[in-house]
Formats: sequence, C-alpha cells, structure tokens
Amino acid sequence: MLRTIIDRLLLSIPVLLGVLLFGFLLLQLVPGDPARVVAGPTATPEIVAQIRQEMGLDRPVLVQFWAYLERMAQGDMGRSMISNKTVTSELGAAVGPTVELMLASLVWSVPIGIAMGTAAAVLRGSLADRVVMGLSVAGVSLPIFFISLLLIQYLGVVWPIFPFIGRPGPWYTPEGFMALFLPALSLGLILIGPVARMTRSSVLEVLKLDHVRTARAKGLSEIRVVLKHGLRNALIPVITLIGLQAGYLLGGAVVTETIFSWPGLGRLVVGAILSSDFTVAQGAVLLFALGFITINLIIDILYSILDPRVRK
Amino acid sequence: MSPASQAKDAPLLEVKDLQIEFKTEGGVFRAVDGVSFSVRRGATLGVVGESGCGKSVSSLGIMGLIPTPPGRYAGGEVLFEGRDLLKMSAKDRRGLRGGRMGMIFQEPMTSLNPVYTIGDQIIESLRAHRRVNHKEARERAVELLDLVRLPSPSKRVDDFPHQLSGGQRQRVMIALALANDPELLIADEPTTALDVTIQAQILDLMRDLSDRTGAAIMLITHDLGVVAETCDEVVVMYAGRVVERASARDLFQAPMHPYTLGLMAAVPRLDEKGSRLETIPGSVPPPWAMPKGCRFASRCPLATQQCRAEQPPLRAIDGDRLVACWRAPIEEIAA
Ligand SMILES: Nc1ncnc2c1ncn2[C@@H]1O[C@H](COP(=O)(O)OP(=O)(O)OP(=O)(O)O)[C@@H](O)[C@H]1O
Ligand SMILES: [Mg+2]
Repeated sequence: MLRTIIDRLLLSIPVLLGVLLFGFLLLQLVPGDPARVVAGPTATPEIVAQIRQEMGLDRPVLVQFWAYLERMAQGDMGRSMISNKTVTSELGAAVGPTVELMLASLVWSVPIGIAMGTAAAVLRGSLADRVVMGLSVAGVSLPIFFISLLLIQYLGVVWPIFPFIGRPGPWYTPEGFMALFLPALSLGLILIGPVARMTRSSVLEVLKLDHVRTARAKGLSEIRVVLKHGLRNALIPVITLIGLQAGYLLGGAVVTETIFSWPGLGRLVVGAILSSDFTVAQGAVLLFALGFITINLIIDILYSILDPRVRK
Repeated sequence: MSPASQAKDAPLLEVKDLQIEFKTEGGVFRAVDGVSFSVRRGATLGVVGESGCGKSVSSLGIMGLIPTPPGRYAGGEVLFEGRDLLKMSAKDRRGLRGGRMGMIFQEPMTSLNPVYTIGDQIIESLRAHRRVNHKEARERAVELLDLVRLPSPSKRVDDFPHQLSGGQRQRVMIALALANDPELLIADEPTTALDVTIQAQILDLMRDLSDRTGAAIMLITHDLGVVAETCDEVVVMYAGRVVERASARDLFQAPMHPYTLGLMAAVPRLDEKGSRLETIPGSVPPPWAMPKGCRFASRCPLATQQCRAEQPPLRAIDGDRLVACWRAPIEEIAA
C-alpha cells in the first residue's frame, strides 16, 4: 500500500512540473505587458520599468522560470493585482469552501448513485430500472445552472426552506449546514446519473462472471451474492469513473459557486479572470491542477484497496 | 429386500426427464432435452459426450445454477433424496448448495473471486453452512488446502487467486467444493485445465474423498480413459440427450450405441501404435436444425429409415442396459 502511494507521488512530480510550466507560460502569454498591467493604466514609464525589474521580467526566460519555481516552492505566488493581498491568502480562504462543497456533493450522490445503479441492475428490465435510467439520463442532459435555478426557485423562493446566497459559516454550524444544502444538492445531481449508469452496467457485467456462479454454488443468499461478489467487484470501474468525473465536478463547482455566491475557488477564478487579476487566476489554475492530482492519487489508492491485482 | 435396505439403495440423486432451454437470438433451443440418470451413494457416475452436448448445462441444472434468463427449466425433476430440487423453496435449495451438494466448475481460472483471498472464499462457504467462528473456519480452510495438496497451505491461505497457477486454483476450487463434506460432488471436467500428472493426482483425491466419506460423485469428462479408471456407471450424452447408460464394465466391454462405439474408436490406443485416430465423421446437427428422428442418424453408419423418422426412446436391453437406438444391440450387426 505504502509502495503504491509513493509510486503515485513520484509519478505526480512530472505532472506537477508540467502544470507549473503551464502556469508560468500563462503569465508570459498575457496580452500586453504584465508590468504595465500590474502598474495600472496611470503609471509613469519609470514606475513600469521599476516593476518590470522587480518582477524580473527583464531577465532571460529560463532564469525567470527558475525564480518562479523557487518562489512557488516557498509558497509565494505573488500578490493579487486587484486587492493587493497575497495570492496564497486569497486561495487559502477559497480552498476550504470549495473542498467542503465538493465533499458534500460526493458524500450523498455517490452512495445514492451506487445504490440506484445496483438496484437497477438487479431489477433489470423492470419499471424501477427504467425509472432510474430515465432519471439519470435527465440528470446528465440538464445543464447544472438550470438545475441550480430550479432548486433555488422551488426550495429557496417558493418554499423558502434553504438559503441560497453565500456561506455564513462552515458546514458544522447550523447556518453553514443549511447554506451548503442547495449548492451540494445541485452539484451532486450532476454526478448521480453517471454513477448510477456506470454502476448498473458494471454490476450487470460482473453478475455474469464465473465467480458469481461459484458464490451461488456456495449457497449464499442472493443479497450477499449481489453485494459481496457483484457490487464489490463492480466498484472498481465505478471508482475510475468518479475520478474521471472529478474534472467535470470541478467545472460544475465554478458554475455552482457563481450561482450560489459560494466563496470558493470557482468564484475566485471567475472573478479574477473578469477583472484581469492574472496572478490570482494563475494561482487558482495551479490549485485546480493540484486538486486533480490529489483526486487521482486518492482514486489510485482506492483502486489498490479495491483490487488486489494492482497491489504490489 | 427389506424396506430399510431399499431406502439405503435408493439413489442419492435422480434426474428425471430434465429439460433446459435457452433463449438466443436465433430462437429458443433446448440444450438438455429429456435427460434421465441417477447417482447412488458412494458411487461414481461418469458423464461423457462431445463438446456442446449439454454436460455442463445438465450439471448446472442440477445445482440450480442455470442463469434465468436466458435459460429456463422446461420440465423434468431433479430428486435429491427423493425431494425435487426444482420445486423446493429458494432457501431450502441454498441450504443444499455448497452444503450437501458441492460442485467443481470447468473454468478454474475464472471461478474464484479475484478480490478476496482464497482463504476468505473457503471460510465464507464454511460459515454459510455451519456454526463456526472465523478462527475455526480458517483452521479448517488450511486443512482443506492441505487435503488438496496445495503447498504450504497455512501461508497460501492468504493468497489472492491471481497469485496461484491454474492447477492450484483448481485445487482451491476442489477444496471449496469439499468444504462442507458434500454427499454429492459434481465435478465438471475437473482436470481439463491441468497437465497429465496433476490430473491423476486430482482424480486420486476425489476417489479418496469418495472412499472416506461415501460421497457420490458425478464426473463429467471428455476422457474415456478416466471413465474406465474411475467410474462405476456411465451416461453417454449426444446433442442434449442420453443415448446410453450402463455400468462402466459393461459399457467398455460391449458398447451398444453406435455413438458410444464411435467415441471409443476415437480414443487413441497404446497397443495400436501408429494407427490413425478414428473420429466420427460429420458433426452434431445445430440446435435449430435438430432432426425429428434420431439425432445421431446423420452420422450413423447403421441408420435406417426408421432412425431418421422416429426418435428412439431410452429402452432396456439385456436387463439393465439402457440404449436409445432402434438398432441396438449392434454387436451382431457390426460383426
Ligand atoms: N448461458 C447460455 N446461453 C445460451 N446457450 C448456452 C448457455 N450455456 C450453454 N449453452 C449452450 O448449451 C449447449 C450445451 O452446452 P454445455 O456447456 O452443456 O456443453 P458441454 O457438454 O459441457 O460441452 P464441453 O465439453 O465443451 O464443456 C451448447 O450449445 C451451449 O452453447
Ligand atoms: Mg462443459
């Protein structure tokens, strides 16, 4: 297990370097002169030149990249061009809400999706199966902003049960919990369909395998056969799917956060882009990439827990 | 004969007119069409026949492991100690499966669940049928692995299936089938996947078991040599039907069905070195074009008009021999 984790971490290093290079290039490719952007439209040429020197923009690109890597290694991503706060502190404040939102979406939608998919597989061809599959197609084809708006309309406005603006506190406070409800519901909804469908087809596939017949030949109850010898094996591709969907979920988080004024990374990055706050945008992109790497690492670890054949 | 001894002689398993159908794209076809035979306690029944004749489907049918759909039990009875398994409640049937009835499957490479250790898979079976705690079950699992001669069983018990060779997996499957001292062991080509020396060991193992516990064995095989060596009685199947049933001694001395004769001719003889392996000409008719007469007629050198027109029933000849052939016994004709 430890071997697997270390292997995966080592494998992440080139990916991380690639991501850093991308982040670096992002600032290089910013239209116009970054020093001028930073200095603001009213700055004199002297000030711009000074800023250029401070930022090291007058040095060779490779030297700049090395300096950039050094700064990154120290967690120094520069300052926001708008608020002048450090990018690290801006990101630091936004990470928590986003992680909270993503976990809250996963924690209800994955188990429900898996349960729905398993039920549909066992009851294949029945009305229940068709309802589950129909719902999951609907879930996949409806855009997330539409779902969010529907939820706000009905659970926020018509029946004002849940708040839908902002995040008054972390999830373990009563207000925070209530505020988390609608964003987590709408973000989770986009995952439930794919998870249910993948689980269904995966369970159906596994139930046909010889080892399931062996399980039946032992005289195990049907529920044990389905859960222990069917679903357990079927989870392996489902986990892979969830890993792949994580990107989708991050994208969804951008939309959800914007709609619900959720003070997370998604909203931060949208705001930063709209206000040409390149340093913050760059930092957020790096953090998203880091999030991806982390999610994939977790998936790989889960994978090796679920499938002894990939264990070392 | 006293009633008590009659009960003792009553077969452990009696299959009567079993019919199993599969729904396929080409329509419904009957993989097993009216198969009857019985297995006595302590005896070994051999089931032979060409690939696709319905041996596996029959044995899965007995265990209640036919996937439905696409499969369907279309008729017949499977009596275990006189009780019809096909009419039993699912719960009662589960109690027998893996308990008093054990099965070794034809596919050792894929019949174990890759995500659990072999020990856990054996323990699961033990605990499904007996009140034992995990520790006791584990000890018994090690014992069983030792019994099937898996090397260093107390270490290998924690191995996953992919860490074992095909032959070792088949041994684990046998250990699994034997876990609860079954009274009936169905072994579907248990040695096909193994090399010859291991084949002999596995067959010995099964014979030992039968001697020790008095278990009845239904042994499905392609190998007539194995049948001659191990079986008391033999059922010969062709295209989903039984064509001949006899004691092994009688069958090998005087096969009565032309198909049986053909099968025996297809066995290479050590004493006739260099002689060409004779096989039966032609092939089994496809399920959608089953003739209404004898299914073997198109390949049978002795077929007559009647053979092509009417299906021959399984009938008694010479007392206890059963043959489904209009022209049986055939020795005189052949001679
Ligand atoms: N699940 C299934 N669906 C459809 N047809 C099936 C199924 N299982 C078996 N059959 C068909 O039933 C027939 C009998 O198959 P069976 O496996 O019993 O043959 P067999 O005698 O065991 O052959 P072999 O010696 O190759 O193992 C074959 O034509 C096979 O294709
Ligand atoms: Mg078979």
